[in-house]
Amino acid sequence: MTDTQPALKDWPLWEVFVRSKQGLEHKHCGSLHASDAPHALQMARDVYTRRQEGVSIWVVPSHLIAASDPDQKDELFEPASDKIYRHPTFYEIPDEVGHM
Amino acid sequence: MDYLLHLADNALVLGQRNAEWCGHAPILEEDLAMANHSLDLIGQARLLYQHAAALAGDGATEDTLAYFRDATQFRNYTLLELPHGPPLAPTATGDRDWATTIVRNFLYSALMVLVWDRLAQSTDPQLAAIAAKSLKEVRYHLRHARDWLVRLGDGTAESHRRAQAALDHLLPFTDEFWTASAPEAEAAARGAGADVAALRDAWNALVDEALREATLRRPAAVNGYVTQGKEGLHSEHLSYLLGEMQSLARAHPDATW
Repeated sequence: MTDTQPALKDWPLWEVFVRSKQGLEHKHCGSLHASDAPHALQMARDVYTRRQEGVSIWVVPSHLIAASDPDQKDELFEPASDKIYRHPTFYEIPDEVGHM
Repeated sequence: MDYLLHLADNALVLGQRNAEWCGHAPILEEDLAMANHSLDLIGQARLLYQHAAALAGDGATEDTLAYFRDATQFRNYTLLELPHGPPLAPTATGDRDWATTIVRNFLYSALMVLVWDRLAQSTDPQLAAIAAKSLKEVRYHLRHARDWLVRLGDGTAESHRRAQAALDHLLPFTDEFWTASAPEAEAAARGAGADVAALRDAWNALVDEALREATLRRPAAVNGYVTQGKEGLHSEHLSYLLGEMQSLARAHPDATW
């Protein structure tokens, strides 16, 4: 962090993902501005885990996240709604197999 | 018991000071961080006061110890009661300086990481348990303060100037750490307390390494007045701090939630 690097006054936006103790995946829980990754992790710890929300934190600069276009929501997601044969719910599972 | 009060008063006074940032911190995340930090310290203070009150046995409670003792009875380091501002700041309500807060938190956390680590082996089992819990908290406090110290020191010209000024102002107040008061010496002799003088080299190593990374210069040692907060001889700031902290409890002494 020296004066020769550009625009360090602007702290970029980071998206924060937290995994809870019982969870398998990191869930998006919010965002914050920070100067760099360790700083973002420390702030995420203070802001998003103070009520024991989780045991693991990921931070990602927001500009690195590619998101689907909301205007294309219909063509991306609607066609799946009437194709219930894709869901794995029509099998009868024998009792010996147990819970799946 | 005076030794426990020394530890508890340290935590309570610094907790109260850091809580002054609530609503006023430079950014939202640090507002939360300072509040978390204060809550950790006040939690440590509560555990220590409860332990001390049980030992005193004369009807004392954590509340009577925290709210109904006067400034001359407090045993905290003078370093911790100073307002968040430059030397000779008349009151604590002026513009608060973030660098002062960070440097103070760093200097104190660097000490307490070593002290709590030693106290986790205390012959007093309750104090050892409190130490084990507090050690985790203070490790985070140290990391938080140290990261900020490096960013401020090795940052812009303005942040470097403020961090250096804060260091020049606060470092002499840490001389108080190294001469044991009578309660400290007595507790250390029993194995219940920490021999703080023995931690001096480790503290210096921690501090010097961080200052080097932060491109900050350690001010020249001044063999001047060593503050005596832990003997009950405080700066004028403590009475204002206690006045604000204790006024509600003293106005309604028998109130319960």
